[in-house]
Amino acid sequence: MDVLVCIKRVPLSGGKFTITEDGLDIETAKLGFTISPHEEVAVEEAVRIVEQHGGSVTVLTLGPAEAEEQIREQMAIGADRGILIETDSQEWDPQATATAIAEAITEDETDFDLVIMGNESADASGYQVGIRVAHKLGRPIVTGVKAMTVEADKATFERPVKTGRELYEVSLPAVVTVLDGLNIPRYPSVPGRIRAKKKPIERRNPERPESRLVKTRLEVPVTESKQAQVLGSGPEAAPAIVEIFKQIGVI
Amino acid sequence: MVLVLVDHDHGQLDELSLQAVTYGRELAASTGEPLDALVVGADGRSVAGALGEHGVTTVHVAVHEGLTDYAPLAWARAASEVATRTGASVVLATGSPRGNEVLAHLGALTDLPVAADCVEVTPGSPTKVVRARWGGSLMEEANLHGSPALVSLVPHTIVADPGGSASGDVAEFTPTFSDADLLVIAKPAAAAEESSGVSLADAKVIISGGRGVGSAEGFAPLEELAELLGGTIGCSRVVTGNGWRPHTEQVGQTGTKVAPDLYIACGISGATQHIAGCRNAKTMIVINTDPEAAIMGYADYAIIGDIGKVLPAIIEETRKAKAG
Ligand SMILES: Cc1cc2nc3c(=O)[nH]c(=O)nc-3n(C[C@H](O)[C@H](O)[C@H](O)COP(=O)(O)OP(=O)(O)OC[C@H]3O[C@@H](n4cnc5c(N)ncnc54)[C@H](O)[C@@H]3O)c2cc1C
Ligand SMILES: Nc1ncnc2c1ncn2[C@@H]1O[C@H](COP(=O)(O)O)[C@@H](O)[C@H]1O
Repeated sequence: MDVLVCIKRVPLSGGKFTITEDGLDIETAKLGFTISPHEEVAVEEAVRIVEQHGGSVTVLTLGPAEAEEQIREQMAIGADRGILIETDSQEWDPQATATAIAEAITEDETDFDLVIMGNESADASGYQVGIRVAHKLGRPIVTGVKAMTVEADKATFERPVKTGRELYEVSLPAVVTVLDGLNIPRYPSVPGRIRAKKKPIERRNPERPESRLVKTRLEVPVTESKQAQVLGSGPEAAPAIVEIFKQIGVI
Repeated sequence: MVLVLVDHDHGQLDELSLQAVTYGRELAASTGEPLDALVVGADGRSVAGALGEHGVTTVHVAVHEGLTDYAPLAWARAASEVATRTGASVVLATGSPRGNEVLAHLGALTDLPVAADCVEVTPGSPTKVVRARWGGSLMEEANLHGSPALVSLVPHTIVADPGGSASGDVAEFTPTFSDADLLVIAKPAAAAEESSGVSLADAKVIISGGRGVGSAEGFAPLEELAELLGGTIGCSRVVTGNGWRPHTEQVGQTGTKVAPDLYIACGISGATQHIAGCRNAKTMIVINTDPEAAIMGYADYAIIGDIGKVLPAIIEETRKAKAG
């Protein structure tokens, strides 16, 4: 079973995002980078599938050269190889992203049985790259999956809905987008990290097509900037808290 | 024409769809166009009247023998057919899992761009949108090039309101499908175990724990306080990642979005991705050892202290207050 997982390098903010002067990006000078939890569980699931069925896990990302860091991290938990579609530092819109990803998948020597993606990316949250890739590959897609069983030539996917859950059965090859909570991702081991350094990453450099969803400005939403009123520094603050419980009517 | 994709559960209209219809009515009024809706499945006939009261002129009902359960690609195929036939200028869906999914399929079928999770849409060429990123921690202004403009609306951007009394004429049609369009169909399954309590999303009081709680056992006092206040437990992703609590309790960008009357954040630092899930709490109280924690900037009240010492005191005081 050959599985491909698509991950995206995104900044990890602590408390608040700061916007760059031109209003178009997040100030990342002091930030680390990561991938979405949806994508972390996607890689973990791929590694588990291959542990069970044999095969290989490939991680693919479209992003700047520095996104090699995110590929290596996922190699440390078990991915075998990487594909880095290298871009200028500009953001690619969902259509351009999906086109480049689908091309890389089609041209790869491996015929992937399953492509796993996040339900939505952490930063852009466009809810569409997975579906667009599936259309370009001519494969069925199920989205928003929180449990799955994969057999030799078919898979069963479960997705939560308000009234319970929905089941989907599709034959492979297929595409699936997943949600955080699908599994608990393992932490990379030290030997895993060492092995990751030597695994192969293939680079591609397509041209960026014209964007059709063009970001013109980013803004931190104006929520009333609060500053908590400190009621104390230990158990002695308990009566004041209970006073608040009374005020807002929870007791 | 503005076309709204309306979701319903066997003839029961979905609240978020009515919000989209309400927003669609405003869009249609601003461009001087009629407002139409698409409903998939024969049950759709029964909601036409209600949609008329919300200002819908024509309700397109897609009826096909293969369309009893939810089939995302087939729904998009039906939408594409109506949008082309009527020359829609905007197709508006709800920013729900289904709404965003059908819209993305429609974008792929028509090779048009899609703007998901919008809070504002101004039709034109290009159409201007304001949309949520990072689970609403950031807003993006963007230009959407292409017609029709394919957009979805963030839930609860606007209150659903019957306003225009339009005819709500039913226009039934049988969409043309290929076999591939009906490959992916939902089979409804009952919930594994029916949870007895209030769901996290609807809870009025949430006692939420983060890394500072320290362990699975550390949640015992949080549960005790939740019980006393008739509330429920929430947590951060560090907690679910450590397996201390199930993912169903995670609050945040990739967890549940909550809006309780009271949110008590115990040992949670206040990362933007956690705040994305609880910024709509009416009152937030923080218990944290770090006075500099980011969560102080989102809270109403704080105790700077160790949960292990502070929570038992609050529990005792609450018991006293309830008893007397
Ligand atoms: C795309 C993306 C999506 C994400 N989605 C989510 C999400 O949905 N939900 C979510 O929660 N996170 C999410 N995260 C993770 C998020 O970025 C943070 O890592 C996480 O919220 C931190 O959890 P925490 O506050 O429990 O832990 P920490 O940040 O480690 O904070 C622990 C806090 O506990 C305090 N503390 C320690 N000991 C005590 C004590 N004894 N008494 C009182 N206070 C104490 C510390 O001062 C500190 O403030 C996401 C991340 C990404 C990248
Ligand atoms: N630049 C990218 N590189 C690799 N995968 C991506 C990229 N952008 C999006 N994806 C994949 O598509 C999913 C959905 O993204 P989006 O449509 O932006 O919400 C993500 O969770 C990833 O799995």
